[in-house]
Amino acid sequence: SMKEQEDLRFVECVLLIRDAQDKAAFAELFKHFAPRVKGFLIKSGTDASMAEECAQDVMATLWHKAHLFDPTRASVSTWVFTIARNRRIDMLRKQRRSEPDELTWGPEPEPDAADVMELQQESTRLVQALAELPDKQRDLIQKAYFGDLSHSEIADETGLPLGTIKSRIRLALEKLRHVMK
Amino acid sequence: MENIKHHINDGLLISYAAGSLSEAFSLVVATHVSMCDACRVRLEAYEAVGGAILTDTPESDSTSDVTVDLNATLALIDAGEKAPIRVHHTKPGLFPSALQSYVGGDLDSVKWRSVGMGVRQAILPTSKDASVRLLHIPAGCAVPDHGHRGTELTLVLQGAFRDEFDRFGPGDLEIATEEDEHTPVAEAGADCICLAATDAPLRFRGLVQRIAQPFLRI
Ligand SMILES: [Zn+2]
Ligand SMILES: [Zn+2]
Repeated sequence: SMKEQEDLRFVECVLLIRDAQDKAAFAELFKHFAPRVKGFLIKSGTDASMAEECAQDVMATLWHKAHLFDPTRASVSTWVFTIARNRRIDMLRKQRRSEPDELTWGPEPEPDAADVMELQQESTRLVQALAELPDKQRDLIQKAYFGDLSHSEIADETGLPLGTIKSRIRLALEKLRHVMK
Repeated sequence: MENIKHHINDGLLISYAAGSLSEAFSLVVATHVSMCDACRVRLEAYEAVGGAILTDTPESDSTSDVTVDLNATLALIDAGEKAPIRVHHTKPGLFPSALQSYVGGDLDSVKWRSVGMGVRQAILPTSKDASVRLLHIPAGCAVPDHGHRGTELTLVLQGAFRDEFDRFGPGDLEIATEEDEHTPVAEAGADCICLAATDAPLRFRGLVQRIAQPFLRI
C-alpha cells in the first residue's frame, strides 16, 4: 500500500542521514514530521511558539541520533514519537526521564530487509486499526497519549480498546522469540 | 530474567509510554523493564501506539514557514555538531543504568539510613509528586504493617519477600493500592533489596511508626 511505501521510504531517509549526512533526506522527513510533532505538542498542552521550538529540537535530535534507530524494532513515526515525548517531559515538567537499559545486541549496521519490512507493515496495520476504531475509543487512547489521563484512569477505563493494542503486542512477542532463538 | 511472575499493569505501562508517569514511578518502570523482556515487548508495542497517534495527529495549522523552519533546524544541527552529545556509561552491576544514575553507582554506593527494626532506606532525589526509595530488609525481617493512601510500587532487586498476597522474587513488581494492607517479610536466607515508590504517604498501624513517620519521610 502507499502508506507502507511511505513508511519504508522514511526508514531509508534515516539510514541516509546516518550513513551520508544526507540533507535532502532530512528535508523530506522534516516536511512530514515537523508539523505533526508541533501538532502533537500543542495537543499535549504546549503553547504554539514553544511547540515550534521543540519541534525543531526533536528534528535535530533525529539527525544526531540516527545511528541509534533500529528499523527492526520501531517505525520512524514511533521513534520520532519517543523523542518528542522525552522532549516534552524535559521541557514541560523539567524532569528526568528514566529509560530501560539498551538491549545488548543493539541495532545491526545492516538490518535484515525482511525483518524491517515486517515491522513496518505491522506499524501500518496499527495505524489502520486505530483509524477504524469508534470515535469515542480513539479519543480515549489519544487522551492517554496527550497526557490527559492518569495511570489509574487508564487502568480503570473499561472503554479503552486494549484488544487492538494487544494483537500488536502478540505480534511483537512472536518477533522477540524469533530474535532470541 | 525468566522467572518474573508479577509485571507492570497496562495503566502504568501506557502512562510510561505516553510520558505522563511521575519521575519516581518512571524510575521503577524503567528498572523493571530493564530486567523483564516480556514488559519490554509490551512497552515497545505501546510506544508503537504513540507512533500511530503521531501519524494521525493533524499538522499544526501552521502560521510559520516550513522552509524557514527547516533552515533554522539545519543551523541548530550545525551548532550541535560542534558540541557532541555526551554519552553516559555505567558499569554493569545489580542495578540497571537508570537506577545507577540516581544512586551515583551500584549497590555499594547507596547511602543507607536506618528506619528501625533492622530496615534501612535511601531516598532518591526526584520531583515531589511521588517519592522513591531503596529498601534493605534483612533476611527474616518485616517492614511494619501498613496501608496505602495512593499507589505503592515495590520492585524486588535482590532476595525475596512475602506478604498477605504472594511471594515476590527478583524482578517481581508488587502494585498495592488504597484497599491493600500488608506486612512484607523478607525471606530467610538472603537480605532483600527493593525499589519502592509511592504517590502518597503510607498509613502505619503501629503508634511508634506513626510518630516516627514525618522524620523518616516514608
Ligand atoms: Zn514484566
Ligand atoms: Zn506497602
